[in-house]
Amino acid sequence: MSAVFQPIINFGYWLWGLLAAVLTWVFGVELAPYALYVIKILLLIVCIVVPLMLSVAYLTLWERKVIGWIQLRLGPNRVGPKGLLQPIADGMKLLAKEIIVPSGANKLLFVIAPIMAIMPALAAWAVVPFDPEMVLANIDASLLYILAITSMGVYGVIIAGWASNSKYAFLGAMRSAAQIVSYEIAMGFALVGVLMAAQSLNLVEIVKGQQSAYGLFGWFWIPLFPLFLTYLIAGVAETNRAPFDVAEGESEIVAGFHVEYSGMTFAVFFLAEYANMILVSMLCALMFLGGWLSPFPASWGVLGQSSFLWLLLKAFLVVSSFLWFRATFPRYRYDQIMRLGWKVFIPVTLVWIIVLGAWMQTPLWVWWKS
Amino acid sequence: MTFQTFIFYFLSVVLIGAALGVITAKNPVHAALLLVLAFFTAAGHWLLLQAEFLAITLVLVYVGAVMVLFLFVVMMLDINVAKLREGFWRYLPMGALVGLLLVAEMSLILVSRSGGFGDVAPPPDLPAGYSNTRELGLLIYTEYVYPFEIAAVILLVAIVAAIALTLRKRKQTKYLDPAAQIAIQRKDRVRMVSMPSEPRADTRPDGAGPAAEGKQP
Repeated sequence: MSAVFQPIINFGYWLWGLLAAVLTWVFGVELAPYALYVIKILLLIVCIVVPLMLSVAYLTLWERKVIGWIQLRLGPNRVGPKGLLQPIADGMKLLAKEIIVPSGANKLLFVIAPIMAIMPALAAWAVVPFDPEMVLANIDASLLYILAITSMGVYGVIIAGWASNSKYAFLGAMRSAAQIVSYEIAMGFALVGVLMAAQSLNLVEIVKGQQSAYGLFGWFWIPLFPLFLTYLIAGVAETNRAPFDVAEGESEIVAGFHVEYSGMTFAVFFLAEYANMILVSMLCALMFLGGWLSPFPASWGVLGQSSFLWLLLKAFLVVSSFLWFRATFPRYRYDQIMRLGWKVFIPVTLVWIIVLGAWMQTPLWVWWKS
Repeated sequence: MTFQTFIFYFLSVVLIGAALGVITAKNPVHAALLLVLAFFTAAGHWLLLQAEFLAITLVLVYVGAVMVLFLFVVMMLDINVAKLREGFWRYLPMGALVGLLLVAEMSLILVSRSGGFGDVAPPPDLPAGYSNTRELGLLIYTEYVYPFEIAAVILLVAIVAAIALTLRKRKQTKYLDPAAQIAIQRKDRVRMVSMPSEPRADTRPDGAGPAAEGKQP
């Protein structure tokens, strides 16, 4: 396998050397390393964002297919073989549409809002590890970074609702912002449990903390089961997905905060929502489901090896459960959402953090880092 | 000029511009958003000082939570900008005097050698395994544990006070207790009455009544 790729890798190194030489000639010896570093980071960002955008596109197709099957329909099957080109067609349609700015809207903020929505959804991926080595920025407090960056996503929603100069949009923005802020607390507490169990804020260390000889029984979903459930459900609420999608309840407020958006500006909100879904599933897989670790004992040959593919499979299963939720549950009422967030999840997580703290002091705690 | 110096000056320009925008913006929503930008840029400055935990916490707490609630309130206010600016020229001399005094005091401290701010060396390069978060945690939970706990209790008191001030029982509220809703039994809602059956008044023995008309042949 590696013999096939070796010429390509060699060619890559040669190309990189050529680039370094050219940059040294352009910027001089002093600034060239910085320029080279910037280009390297940009290339790595492209390596993360392009597959991410492709998975977002095909997640929409997968969602329509899964919900179709659940409702005894076929789902999209006309564009391309088995409907596989449907996301491309949707993208082309949205690109070609006119962007309408409502009268009386705040034009600058109206355009900035979708950018504010997608920026945190993409920036959070900077610290997500795909492998013990494969991570763009292996920073010390990566869990905290993710929490901080994703908490900025709410600005896109609020600004969109306010700048649209529309009552529906404003109501949707208010609902969504209140919901995101409330569930963020429960989510944060769930993460406190994870960092207690892993004794680290670094995502790579968190996955390493779940390594044991017992395969899937060493992962944190067992000792942190209430926090795992809380994180999963709060993740659905954070991304404004059904059954917590009162922010865009079609029957009451048309489409919520993005009711006035058309064409590509709407598409950017859409991309942000799906990118956030994938991010939440990825984090769920990393923090509770063992990341790239194999669920089987190491003696099982290929199946027992830890691999990047395990992480993808776990994230895929979690994200598919999001679609399953959407096809199964009716929409929550607004006061029920608030009650669930404040009166159920926050007490549950608080109690479990105390239980966890006591548990870790006893010999019954077997999840110490091996 | 190193790369760090360039970043420092870039962040500083953005920070000062955003801060000026906060006090000069006509629209309060714009002012709040510019304040968000100012916080974010200040976090960048802390990152330059290698205080990554504080920088991320600044974004998490101020940008992610405090300013969201602030924006929430500001958006729903119906502010008459013209009325707010009414007494501008009347208050200007007093405001300018206070502002100038503040600037003079600050520059006295920052410029004077005895203030200790004259020449601050850049922070030393830290070893590879150094964790800002761990160091901060060690300090807070050992040396400064009592001030830390007192601060926590004060915050708790503030939370309780804020809730106590706004909590009021409204008579006309139609709130339903979900637990009571779920716990309802059939016997609480429906009463089954056992009655003997009686012949209908309009059924005649000859079968010509209205009940017979609907009968299929």
